[in-house]
Amino acid sequence: MLKIDNLHVRVAGREILKGLSLEVKPGEVHAIMGPNGAGKSTLGNVLAGRAGYEVTQGSVTYDGTDLLQLEPEQRAAAGVFLAFQYPVEIPGVNNTYFLRAALNAQRKARNEPELDSREFIGLVREKLKVMQLSPELLNRAVNEGFSGGEKKRNEIFQMAVLEPKLAILDETDSGLDIDALKQVAEGVNALRDPGRAFVVITHYQRLLDYIVPDFVHVLADGRIVESGGAQLAQELEAHGYAWVRGRNPAEAAA
Amino acid sequence: MSAAVAPFVDSMRAAALPASGIGWLDNSRAEALQAFVASGLPNTRDELWKYTALRALEQRSYVARDENAATSVVDEGTIALPGVDGPRLAFVNGVFHADLSRLDDLPQGLDVQPLARALAENPEPLRFLLTRRAAEPRDAFAALNSALARDGALVRVAPGAQIHAPLHVVHLGASADSPVAWHARGFVEICEGARLHIVEHHAAAGEHAHLANFACEYTLHKAARLDLLAVQDAAPGATLFRRSDFQLHEDAHVALHALEIGGALARHELRVALDGDRSRAETRGAFALRGRQHADTELLIEHRGRDTASDSLWRGVADGRTRGVFHGAITVHQGADGADAQLSNKNLLLSEGAEIDTRPALEIHADEVKAAHGATVGQLDERVLFYLRSRGLPAETARMLLVRAFCAVALGGVEPQVLREHCDALLLAHLPRSEEQP
Repeated sequence: MLKIDNLHVRVAGREILKGLSLEVKPGEVHAIMGPNGAGKSTLGNVLAGRAGYEVTQGSVTYDGTDLLQLEPEQRAAAGVFLAFQYPVEIPGVNNTYFLRAALNAQRKARNEPELDSREFIGLVREKLKVMQLSPELLNRAVNEGFSGGEKKRNEIFQMAVLEPKLAILDETDSGLDIDALKQVAEGVNALRDPGRAFVVITHYQRLLDYIVPDFVHVLADGRIVESGGAQLAQELEAHGYAWVRGRNPAEAAA
Repeated sequence: MSAAVAPFVDSMRAAALPASGIGWLDNSRAEALQAFVASGLPNTRDELWKYTALRALEQRSYVARDENAATSVVDEGTIALPGVDGPRLAFVNGVFHADLSRLDDLPQGLDVQPLARALAENPEPLRFLLTRRAAEPRDAFAALNSALARDGALVRVAPGAQIHAPLHVVHLGASADSPVAWHARGFVEICEGARLHIVEHHAAAGEHAHLANFACEYTLHKAARLDLLAVQDAAPGATLFRRSDFQLHEDAHVALHALEIGGALARHELRVALDGDRSRAETRGAFALRGRQHADTELLIEHRGRDTASDSLWRGVADGRTRGVFHGAITVHQGADGADAQLSNKNLLLSEGAEIDTRPALEIHADEVKAAHGATVGQLDERVLFYLRSRGLPAETARMLLVRAFCAVALGGVEPQVLREHCDALLLAHLPRSEEQP
């Protein structure tokens, strides 16, 4: 589904990703862990198509097409979703209106029939089972005045409605208390599906107690320095990121 | 008067004044014309005209009237507005147009007449209205208006009358053989405890480069209420000077919404006098500019009564090589204790070539005053655009969604809803590439 090969990315003239490779197949959950400044969020942003990220080398193939050639909205229509680390507030734009416009724009791009408001309300009701949001939040402006936890739950709710094939969660756990963390994880787990893949970017192992990944990768200094199963996250928690650097001195120094 | 303004002034002076033979009217018109000729056109050294240069205008000349205006055939569809199907007073190129107007079966308590007809039938009651301002120092276009207005709107609401169906006052600029300069006046009087809803509508039928000069005085007596929506959708080549004066007595309340999208050069001066205790004014407005349009809104609010309130929210969006100007000045006079004055002006630049000048000003000479004002000029937030696009919205749709949201606060109070949606649609349709709106 997703194949990242030797990806080099510069941001504001500085090389952040330095040869990152990763392959994700349908149904898999991959966790990307790493210390601050390793390039975790850069990976999420470059996959979603944010401006200002210059790919100097390498490739990203998604469902057989060159993902980097697509505009952000084309990536969305193709099934790529980024849950933002810092969801933006959009005063004056109603949450439900925005989500319906987004879903219909994607459907239109895929030559699928658009949903009328009645059909959309039905879909929203169904998806509220996945991720509870109060009707009051649905009718407010996008993320305006939402708490940190409400913003993150809104991201997962959007994901539930948009039904992406590849979901990238960029530090969705940051700033959440344990209850909110569990709610978000339950929402994600409910969306796990043999046809859907997740890339879960996180600084802490805690989230992975609730979203159990198939693979864990350690991102350090712009590349993946260690990969393993779910237990790798626990080892990292026990030993810290310095432990990985110690095990891979040559790569960590590169 | 400098030599440079000669063609413009000469064409105005050559304008044969509407036949009258009424001594007081002839005198007051002659005085006003003399005042205009003496001052000439305002220039950018005048603080109130700092960002709006009239050099191009100086070289133009206009004919004084369109002889065919009163009988021209106009498709009613060009002036129809959803939710506005009550009485209508229509002017074409400054002249009353009976076929487009709907003045039969006026609701009880509402009196609406074209000014020229009232002058012809019984001028004396208008003497005070038409001459009371002659002695005041006024700006050039107000003087020109006093001198040359042939027609206009005369509206009165009887004490206590509640007129809910909006009165549609249409100023239509229609194609003519040569550019026409027309001047029209308006007098709206809302008596004690009465209520009126007006939709002032500047529209276009065909291309032209006319100059329109419309000055309207609104008098709100004790506890009167006025809802006014001003839709300015004039022809792309038109030049518009508008002035709206509001005088509020005690407990009077005006709620204004202004939408500005038309004209090559459009200036609107609003003067709100909160004279009576507890009088209040809400003013809301939005302009959207494209191509090389120039729009200038000047809002002067004077708090004189006690416990008066003004709340002003204005938004501007400028694309292309346009220039938008907003000057909002609030003065709280001595003795106007307990005043509450709020002014917010935010602007959005959609292109490198656009420019917006905003000058909020606040002057306070009273006690226990609550006042706040602020103005910003910015661009669409790239982070927000990316967020919307990452959810699947095409870039242009995302931009339009944000522009609409930006202006929503200014037009959100327009009633009824169909009219609000129409204003919304007009505004978005005026900006380029808006056809992808979901």
